[in-house]
Amino acid sequence: MATVTSSVWTGGRSPYAVNSKKFGMWLFIISDALTFSALLMAYTYVRLSTPNWPTPFQFSPAIIFSTVMTFSLLSSSLTMVMGVHAMNHGNRKAAVRWILATMVCGAAFVVLHLSEWLKLIHEEHVTPFDNPWGVPLFGGTFFALTGLHMTHVIIGLIYLSIIAFGVGRGKFKAEDVEVSGLYWHFVDLVWMFIFPLVYLMSAKV
Amino acid sequence: MSTHSEAVDHIETASTKSFVTVWFALLFMTGVEVVLAYLQPPVLIFLTALVGLSVIKAALIIAYFMHLKFEKLSLFLTLFPMLILCIILMLLMFMPDSNRALMMRTP
Repeated sequence: MATVTSSVWTGGRSPYAVNSKKFGMWLFIISDALTFSALLMAYTYVRLSTPNWPTPFQFSPAIIFSTVMTFSLLSSSLTMVMGVHAMNHGNRKAAVRWILATMVCGAAFVVLHLSEWLKLIHEEHVTPFDNPWGVPLFGGTFFALTGLHMTHVIIGLIYLSIIAFGVGRGKFKAEDVEVSGLYWHFVDLVWMFIFPLVYLMSAKV
Repeated sequence: MSTHSEAVDHIETASTKSFVTVWFALLFMTGVEVVLAYLQPPVLIFLTALVGLSVIKAALIIAYFMHLKFEKLSLFLTLFPMLILCIILMLLMFMPDSNRALMMRTP
């Protein structure tokens, strides 16, 4: 009787033609997209069912300010994709420079966002539980939504700093930079919904 | 397991020029949204325009910056129909109820 010395299955084809890190990040992004969708839905729900929803964002300076924040995030996505492109072509130095530029834009976003939060808290007396307009859910949903997004940006900055440090020391491969890029673009993508629905819809000219 | 060189082994299909073009398109659409906020059109038109532009912007980011346009179709089909279905289910469930809550509110 002949003994089987090797497996008939050789590993098969990769159905998605992507590496496991990238596929894992895509799965995370989809699940995180559902989290943000649920939060945006909750925000829209309370907004629709509240007749006297406040519109505290004056066109100048609040909307102009948040537009600059949007510009920072959009620019950071461009620099990130340039970093991934440079790494794909084996140019580690350029990749590190582009990732650092991405981090500068991301940090600018966080600083602008925090200063806007502080202005809302100290000057307009809006907190997660109370505000002058008597609609406490405004502060609750606003700070929950923008706070979760800002947490993602801060985690992204830490993630990118590790990637930049590793790439500079010759440690990571192009796929690692690409996976970090996927995360960063997702953070940008979420803002593309928060900015119009939370800020522009509550603009006061 | 095959060994990789520094350069990635998949075919590079997007150029830096296309990235910059997409970035300008995203900036332009953001500009349109901000101008609409300044003009304050009727709420339904405003909301439809904002959501429409946001979906286009998200699609551009996913397709070009996140490279999904150049991945296998199977990856897209595995990830996105489920996401879109879940979002539609949430919309169908919660939005009519929020409107009902508004109508049932005692003055």
